[in-house]
Amino acid sequence: MAGRSIGPGLRTFLIFAALVVIGAALFPSSYFYRVGTLVWINTLSVTGIVVLLGYVGLVSLGHAGFFAIGAYATAILPQYGLPSGVAMLAGIGGAALLALLVGRPILRLSGYYLAIATLGLGMLIWMVLSKEAWLTGGPDGMAVEGMSARNLFKLVGLSLKSAEAWYWVAGGCASLGAALAVNLGHSPWGRALRAIHDSDVAARSLGIDVARAKSAAFVISAVYAAVAGALLALANGYITPDTGGFMHSVEMVTMAVLGGASSVFGALVGALILTALPQVLTVLADYEHMVLGAIMVLTMIAMRRGLVPALAGLWARRRP
Amino acid sequence: MSELLQFIISGVTVGAIYAAIALGFTLIYNATGVVNFAQGEFVVIGGMTAAALIGAGVPVPLAALLAVLAGTLAGVLLYRLAIKPARQAPLVSLIIITIGASIFIRGAMQTLFDKQIHRYDGFSGDAPLRFGGATILPQSLWIIAGSVAVFGFLAWFLNRTRAGRGIRATASNRLAAALVGINTGRAMNLSFAISAGIGALAGVLATPVTFTSYDAGVLMALKGFSATMLGGVGSPLGALAGGLLIGLIEATTAGYVSSDYKDAAAFVVILAVLFVRPQGLFGAKITERV
Repeated sequence: MAGRSIGPGLRTFLIFAALVVIGAALFPSSYFYRVGTLVWINTLSVTGIVVLLGYVGLVSLGHAGFFAIGAYATAILPQYGLPSGVAMLAGIGGAALLALLVGRPILRLSGYYLAIATLGLGMLIWMVLSKEAWLTGGPDGMAVEGMSARNLFKLVGLSLKSAEAWYWVAGGCASLGAALAVNLGHSPWGRALRAIHDSDVAARSLGIDVARAKSAAFVISAVYAAVAGALLALANGYITPDTGGFMHSVEMVTMAVLGGASSVFGALVGALILTALPQVLTVLADYEHMVLGAIMVLTMIAMRRGLVPALAGLWARRRP
Repeated sequence: MSELLQFIISGVTVGAIYAAIALGFTLIYNATGVVNFAQGEFVVIGGMTAAALIGAGVPVPLAALLAVLAGTLAGVLLYRLAIKPARQAPLVSLIIITIGASIFIRGAMQTLFDKQIHRYDGFSGDAPLRFGGATILPQSLWIIAGSVAVFGFLAWFLNRTRAGRGIRATASNRLAAALVGINTGRAMNLSFAISAGIGALAGVLATPVTFTSYDAGVLMALKGFSATMLGGVGSPLGALAGGLLIGLIEATTAGYVSSDYKDAAAFVVILAVLFVRPQGLFGAKITERV
């Protein structure tokens, strides 16, 4: 019952933080740290999908667009003299504003309109990133100058390798993001979202402003994607338009669906499997599309709520 | 003036393709309520299969027939393997299933064929015909005739045949249709088969003009969606008009604004429709079943 005495958000943060530490304790080389960083960054962006898909039941096929806005703002603005931190914030704010502008009119309508509109929005962002080469470097992408995570740790007297430093930053952000999402889910506002998930009409008759709540969830999930994008840009030091491509949007949704879109632990499990698996099974690269597609279809048919809730259900049944 | 005429000709050509995609999309949506995100993949299946067969020396009419059959088969498999087992699933699950299916088909196209861009010669050659100061490709006439034929076929099939009426009854009220003895499962299966066949036919006709590749399906689906939404979701006439309009908007964007951003026209139309008139030009006011 010790779990009850601390809040659900803090508990989630501690579990995630413990996993970050366990990961670091097991990693034998920088390569592992780099893959680990990617896992946490993906967990962060998929947490945004959890808020949108798991809490409210809306599908976005353009979240890579918000991810790329965060990434490219972090890459481009420092070239015009802005500090990295400000550039990141500008990218996150820009993604939020775009989500607000686009989301509001669409979210008054049925769920699939958002899927179609975000599909278009994502492709438009990708198009701009690939075609405006003077600004973005075009299809070849661009290098990212700026903040170094090593320097952050030097401030407190720790000397880490760059890959390790980014691992800790990404892990910390993912833990914080997960805790915030859990607290949101437990707030009155989060319960309103779940009510909308069950029935738009019932929620409306309870006095919930459905369009406004959906729009807020959409903006929040865009912010998660943009933060993850900014982190990836800094951690990798290089970005390409594919970070904003349709397949990246699909990957995010697949991670959420596979792990279980209803909880942040689903986001983590989905991100872990789909990030680590291609590293282990390199043959998967040739069949990436077929594997992703099959996972989406099969999960929806056989295990609609995803891996984590399904396993949790099995575990609960085993106990007397 | 002849410049504008040229844009109109190319707009109607691509518009006819989008109209065919939108018609297939509307057929499935009306019969099953499923928003099929894999609609563009049928176009790719048609185009890629025809390209491979024609490249291997198969006569064009036979290659075209086989390609349409391949698309139809894919449609039936999509319904049987992915949609039917999840019939009772909520809307969001069905959206994810059709997206998953579209990604799967994209991967299958890449594995079965390759990652190259394909085309083959127009059915009546590639020498442009003069037409009032502008030129028109013979293949454009094939595409326009194909779309008109598809529309005519659907109008006849849905209104005059027993199977077609079964689909309309299923669309109007699935339970009531089942109660009067209509095999609603077969009607839904048939709507997927026909819709996929139409998509594949569009791919076969369009490939000499628009080219095709394993990843062309998403953009095709997006254009089809735009056409459907502009015309009004659920309305076959709207699908036809919407397709032509999107084609014209795209061609004039490419001509007068920037050919880099011609694909953006479809998205801008979607947003404009959602902002101003969500029910589209010919659609009934949107109401949701509770």
